[in-house]
Amino acid sequence: MTKAINDFSIIIGTKNGSGSSTANNTILRSIFKMGIPVSGKNLFPSNIQGLPTWYTIRVSKDGYLGRREEQDIVITLNPDSFMRDLASVPPGGAFFYADDIKLPISRADIAIYPMPIKKLIKDDANIPGNFRELVGNMIYVGVLAQMIGIDLDAVHAALEFHFKGKQKPIDMNFGAVKAGAEWAKANLEKKDSFHVEPMNKTEGLIMADGNTAAAIGSVFGGAQFVAWYPITPATSIAEGMNEYLPMLRKREDGKHTYAVVQAEDELAAIGMAIGAGWSGLRAMTSTSGPGLSLMTEFVGLAYYAEVPVVIWDVQRIGPSTGLPTRTSQADLSFVAEIGHGDSDSIILLPGDVNECFDFGWQSFDIAERAQAPVFVLSDLDIGMNQWMSRPFEYPKTPMDRGKVLWEKDLEELKGNWGRYLDKDGDAIAYRTLPGNKYPLSSYFTRGTGHDEHAKYTEDSTMFVRNMDRLKRKYETIKQYLPKPILHATKGAEVGILAYGSTEAAINEARVRLERDHNMKTDFLRVRALPLTQEVDEFIAKHDRIYVVEMNRDGQMHQRLTLAHPESAMKLISVAYGDGLPASARWVREGILAKHTNVPVSKPAAKATPTKKKTSVKQTKTVSKNSRKGVK
Amino acid sequence: MSALPMAGAPAATNTIGLTKHDYRGAPTTLCAGCGHNSISNQIVAAMYELNVLPEDVVKFSGIGCSSKSPTYFMNRSFGFNSLHGRMPSIATGALFGDHTLKGIGVSGDGDSVSIGMGQFKHVMRRNLNMVYIVENNGVYGLTKGQFSATAEVGLELKRQGVNPYMPIDICMEAIISNATFIARSFAGNAKQVKELVKAAFSHRGIAVLDIISPCVTFNNADSAHHSYAWGRDHEEPLHDLTYIAPREEIMLDKELEEGEVREVTMHDGSIILLKNLDKGYDPTNRFEAVRALEEAQRNNWLITGLIYKAPEKPALVDSYNLVDTPLNRLAEFDLRPAPEMINKVNALMF
Ligand SMILES: Cc1ncc(C[n+]2csc(CCOP(=O)(O)OP(=O)(O)O)c2C)c(N)n1
Ligand code: SF4
Ligand SMILES: [Mg+2]
Repeated sequence: MTKAINDFSIIIGTKNGSGSSTANNTILRSIFKMGIPVSGKNLFPSNIQGLPTWYTIRVSKDGYLGRREEQDIVITLNPDSFMRDLASVPPGGAFFYADDIKLPISRADIAIYPMPIKKLIKDDANIPGNFRELVGNMIYVGVLAQMIGIDLDAVHAALEFHFKGKQKPIDMNFGAVKAGAEWAKANLEKKDSFHVEPMNKTEGLIMADGNTAAAIGSVFGGAQFVAWYPITPATSIAEGMNEYLPMLRKREDGKHTYAVVQAEDELAAIGMAIGAGWSGLRAMTSTSGPGLSLMTEFVGLAYYAEVPVVIWDVQRIGPSTGLPTRTSQADLSFVAEIGHGDSDSIILLPGDVNECFDFGWQSFDIAERAQAPVFVLSDLDIGMNQWMSRPFEYPKTPMDRGKVLWEKDLEELKGNWGRYLDKDGDAIAYRTLPGNKYPLSSYFTRGTGHDEHAKYTEDSTMFVRNMDRLKRKYETIKQYLPKPILHATKGAEVGILAYGSTEAAINEARVRLERDHNMKTDFLRVRALPLTQEVDEFIAKHDRIYVVEMNRDGQMHQRLTLAHPESAMKLISVAYGDGLPASARWVREGILAKHTNVPVSKPAAKATPTKKKTSVKQTKTVSKNSRKGVK
Repeated sequence: MSALPMAGAPAATNTIGLTKHDYRGAPTTLCAGCGHNSISNQIVAAMYELNVLPEDVVKFSGIGCSSKSPTYFMNRSFGFNSLHGRMPSIATGALFGDHTLKGIGVSGDGDSVSIGMGQFKHVMRRNLNMVYIVENNGVYGLTKGQFSATAEVGLELKRQGVNPYMPIDICMEAIISNATFIARSFAGNAKQVKELVKAAFSHRGIAVLDIISPCVTFNNADSAHHSYAWGRDHEEPLHDLTYIAPREEIMLDKELEEGEVREVTMHDGSIILLKNLDKGYDPTNRFEAVRALEEAQRNNWLITGLIYKAPEKPALVDSYNLVDTPLNRLAEFDLRPAPEMINKVNALMF
């Protein structure tokens, strides 16, 4: 049997609420600690206890972090999903199961490993009865470690980290790991090909989820006010703020430079955040689609009243019940059009954990510069899953607090200012903040209907003039937005345009597209709306542009065709949303399915020195798991 | 801007050298005779007499005729006319910007206890440092005369028919939501409105003033419970009420004897002096307050005066242990962690 080293994936099926997340994270961290690129994804139901839940771990020596659809090693502890889990093991795969599940196994094409979890845990005198189920999960960690070669020192390090050095739980859990490993060594014979071997590809890297990164990034951005209402998958941003604000902004006098308020609902959360932004604080809220729906009226007001505020939307599938704990990129149109009346939106689109951190602090600079709401559209996959990433980098630029006038500024101006006066010609006016004691500093804020000095007026010309300025403001602000990232391939004619968490899957798909289908691609990952010039250039430069995204309607594709009607024919939507993180396979197959009737503009043979296919042809290798609905 | 003190003009000034003009707003655009206008006037008078620096006050409102009022008083204060029913949240966030500021919020009965009931009640329990005035007319003025949630059952309005629902009592909602200062008044009783505004302003925390403020255009029939005529006929003051600023001398009427006055001391040292206590009402007793409201509701009495004043509690900003400098004056040095902190954080990410 040829060994499959550091290139396979594992799926662990448990019951929700059974405490398996510590065990799964321990496996993830141990492999990471061994220097092997690894990623973990929690595919969980909307439930606290009882429903089946899965955790997938992908080990990839090549550093691919996207979801893989095939699972080589299946571990199941859940009788309810047992038959399904067993059937999902591919030929040549491995199946580990808790041996108290007495169900028939009739597969000869896979390696089968029973695990006496209940018995081993009962035999361990160090584990008190009420901890048995929880610590029992560590048995499968031990068995797996023994069978695929995970270093027990690495497991120990992972536990030390998890339990923050507390000896008692470390010992108890590590004891169970060892019991599992020793039992497996004595009783199981290796019959599969999957192995891990130490590498040095994770040195200097960190492991984090996007929501934690967002919270820490916001703290480094000087966040001063957070108002929020709990909602999965956004909750851990605000909870992260609760954790990291006190830690990172500790002062000698013990006093706080920030406030976090759990509001009664999202109407209030956004209202408070806008109130705080209006009075000059770096203010934010975090939510997901349903909450954002409640926030729309206020967000529209902030656009017109020109109030800075940062809004994180960690996208999920919605509304109501169903798949609320599954990932999605389907809020894009909603956010781009949010607010009644004419409006525009500034949207940042983080593609990974590092960008969650970076946009955490940058979003405040942009919001205060623009005096406008800034949305950050993350998703459940980036937000809640653990990703290997570069360390967070300290902000490279000082804070940009935008145009604010205090007492001494007004004295210099002799009070000669107007809240909505375009003094600098960049469509951004100066603002003052409550508490300013200069007698001419104040102004009265309302939605529409104000003149340049914020006086009430319903004058039509005045209204139009202000609306035109608002439009121009969004032109000005483009220069402050994160630029798209281009991954270019020499000789590529095909373009891929995407945003957000699909990046990992797309980069992997591009390698396969080139290797197996001779399709060279340039990949532009858009990181902000409004779209900037780089996007125009990318569209102009390519004959076909596949717009890849995780939603049904191709929402980015729709925006692009609106912005570029002249290029509508070459913008092709590859959109699919089923609640699961993007995989390289669906990206590849989705593109190939659309890659028909390609007008051959240049003989492609020149670009291909090998004897492979000379033109990019649609290949019918669509597997049974393929995404039938790709459109 | 015209709101600066006018040099040379020998106008009367208060102790901080400001004229009444410094507390005025733009000319009202509300109907002549609207109760809301008289309340605005009493706010101007109260702030002038209290020697409040207008820059220390932030005005808030939702949407409605009543919510337009902040335009008509205190031009020199910042103000935010927000969304229908959402004043409390805007005010909550805004007052974190500078904890030394005091809010004056003006809302309507529709704004506060129909669309805005949720925020109304939650801002009570948070004890935001704000005077919360509800200009209560039993109707939606701005949308032309629909029933509001405070309209009495049986009220008949043009185009609306007869109201079949029981009314909501704003003071009752406030007290069960743990508001710390609750009063009811009547726009037709200008002196009491002014005294209550002063007392409310001196209260640290949320101070709710439910002021019956007749809508002369849509709900002023003599038989309507929010009309001028009804108010005049049914007002039952719980006491006569005088606000006495800190260090001001208490001048008792000669005929009053001890035991006939009650003093309620405020956190800033000011005193609310209650006289004519024939009803024996004690506004520091929460049980009694609820009972009085219940009794008034059953008997259709318009009880006015200080209904409840809780013992001192920290206002919202007080419970956040904020730095002394207003948050909105902090700069990068105070807000961005030092560069070495990034390593500390990265070490935690595994
Ligand atoms: C979300 C929303 N819904 C409805 C309205 C329309 N609207 C404006 S004012 C108002 C009622 C105001 O009544 P109230 O608060 O009692 O104020 P009044 O005019 O009586 O002083 C309504 C329903 C609105 N502005 N916003
Ligand atoms: S409609 Fe009623 S509430 Fe509105 S301004 Fe006129 S009198 Fe006042
Ligand atoms: Mg009303």
